[in-house]
Amino acid sequence: MKKIVIEKLYKIFGDSPEKALELLGQGEDKESILEKTGMTVGVQDANFSVNNGEIFVVMGLSGSGKSTLVRMLNRLIEPSSGRVLVDGKDITGMQRDELVQFRLHNMSMVFQSFALMPHLTVLENAAFGLDLAGTDKVKQNKRAMEALEQVGLSGWEDSYPKQLSGGMQQRVGLARGLAVDPDILLMDEAFSALDPLIRTEMQDELLKLQKRDRRTIIFISHDLDEALRIGDRIAIMEGGRVVQVGTPEEILQNPADDYGKAFFRGVDPTSVISASDIVRDTQLTIIKSRVGSLRAAHELLSSRDRDFAYVLDSEKRFLGMISAEKIRNCLEAGASDNPIDQCFIDDISTARMDDSMQDILPEVASSAWPVPVLDDQDIYKGVVSKNRFLRTLHRTEQSGAENRVTEEL
Amino acid sequence: MFEDKVIPLDSWVSQCVDWLVENYRDFFQSLKWPVDQTLNGLDAGLNWLHPLAIIAIISFAAYRFSGKGLAFFSAVTLVLIGLLGLWEDTMTTLAMVLSSVVFCAMVGIPLGIWAGRSDRFEAALRPMLDAMQTTPAFVYLVPIVMLFSVGNVAGVLATIVFALPPVIRLTSLGIRQVHPELVEAAQAFGATRWQVLCRVQIPLAMPTIMAGLNQTIMMALSMVVIAALIGAGGLGSPVILGLNTLDIGQAVTGGLGIVLIAIILDRITQGMARKK
Repeated sequence: MKKIVIEKLYKIFGDSPEKALELLGQGEDKESILEKTGMTVGVQDANFSVNNGEIFVVMGLSGSGKSTLVRMLNRLIEPSSGRVLVDGKDITGMQRDELVQFRLHNMSMVFQSFALMPHLTVLENAAFGLDLAGTDKVKQNKRAMEALEQVGLSGWEDSYPKQLSGGMQQRVGLARGLAVDPDILLMDEAFSALDPLIRTEMQDELLKLQKRDRRTIIFISHDLDEALRIGDRIAIMEGGRVVQVGTPEEILQNPADDYGKAFFRGVDPTSVISASDIVRDTQLTIIKSRVGSLRAAHELLSSRDRDFAYVLDSEKRFLGMISAEKIRNCLEAGASDNPIDQCFIDDISTARMDDSMQDILPEVASSAWPVPVLDDQDIYKGVVSKNRFLRTLHRTEQSGAENRVTEEL
Repeated sequence: MFEDKVIPLDSWVSQCVDWLVENYRDFFQSLKWPVDQTLNGLDAGLNWLHPLAIIAIISFAAYRFSGKGLAFFSAVTLVLIGLLGLWEDTMTTLAMVLSSVVFCAMVGIPLGIWAGRSDRFEAALRPMLDAMQTTPAFVYLVPIVMLFSVGNVAGVLATIVFALPPVIRLTSLGIRQVHPELVEAAQAFGATRWQVLCRVQIPLAMPTIMAGLNQTIMMALSMVVIAALIGAGGLGSPVILGLNTLDIGQAVTGGLGIVLIAIILDRITQGMARKK
């Protein structure tokens, strides 16, 4: 479901935006408009939508217009033209009072420089939005305490921001954003001012919170690793334009232009492409309830001319693996009517759908069989073979030059 | 070359003031009323209280906002002022300074806030503030006397003209110094203009506003002698009297009183600014 829809959004900084818009309409570019009129084109014809409950990362170098773009969503910066729809409601047409209500309840923001109030305690800072909304004190404190607890800051509520480290200050910033329980959270380079170790920690924290609350998060970043790490989808901005929108995998495998490619130079594709992107359901699976005995399993393997198979229950949950060789050994030991789960191959490692290629590399490399991939409910989704793994690596190294999908042998 | 082409500004001004006095004296007299009430109330109150009570109050304030050292200094200094025979004049001066400051704050802080939020208003206000601070007091003493007659109230009004600019300037500066990110953050969380002002800008500008009030107090004290020229009482009168009669001793004693009270007030208000 689409939560936010952005249509033809423009921002011109200058005295008469209409004139610049007209010139843009005539096909003039940003540079010539700056030269002719002295006006700066901040954001130019942005069109995209953000789905409910996803982390949408807007990425670009400084000056690409990403901060301007995000500030137009809550109208800290007034758009020059275009529309922003949230749940179908046009933000750009809202009156002052309506906008204030919207900011109080629906959309909060986390800032790069933390922007905590130095004269307020941590608790008062966390309760800031609730206080503005006129929530009663008891409820305010309760909500603020819960938010601080969520970000791991219990016990610090009476401190002042300057007594806290950068990472902790941003936790307060995050708690302030969460305390009002918004459906949309804007994060403007929220972790960029933190050192790399703390940044990773905060990203994990955000993902953890996101798993529980499923808010719609617009995250501004200039850090590619960050974007790939937390983004469900990524928009790349350049010179005020949105040049590409897609999942990390799509963008990585298929950069829209050289600008996009330049971003990804030096990025390790195995950290971005997950098992779900390369999983293939090509192997023989056996549903255990139907093939109860060893003998029947053996029959099935030989009739299909396979050396191994994956055994699932009736719900397609993964139970184990059998091989023709192991079954023969079991049969020779004289237990032909035993259920097959007594003859599973030992120590089969499995992978999860959201594991990255990097994560599953050891399993794929050491296993004699294709590694089974399961989802969160242990449902079997397919396998990743060595062959598939290597081919994916090969293809991403050519960075989209060769788009032909090579099928599994 | 200018002999024949002098602009008769002097006569214009005289005519203008005469016209104001003739037609609007009642209006200006009514402006006096709130100042009159405040000043007389404070003066009566300070002179009615037992000196020991006042010494105790000021020392406590000094202790509260600064520390034991200043509290001790204040007590000793006030006793010294009493022993110099300046107690009543000092109380009158204190009343005048306090009422000037009250009105400066009442007028100056709102104007300063407005100036801090509007570049246009600041630009319009600045030359007026420059004029208020640099015009020699003697220039506006006469029109003030003509419009408000002589006495303590006229003295306070002259003092307000001179002492108002710093509180306006520093309030504006304080508002402008608040980091724009903080204002933006407040807005992002749905703060109205009024909430941004009351919950972010003013609290954060408070130390600077207090520094402005401190400057206003100092400037008000420096006007005490000039105000005495138009019949205001207090520590200025022994100085003027001393000058007129070439009684150096009397003038110096009065001057010393002004300096001592200035030191106490300065330290206490600086302490208040830091506490905020």
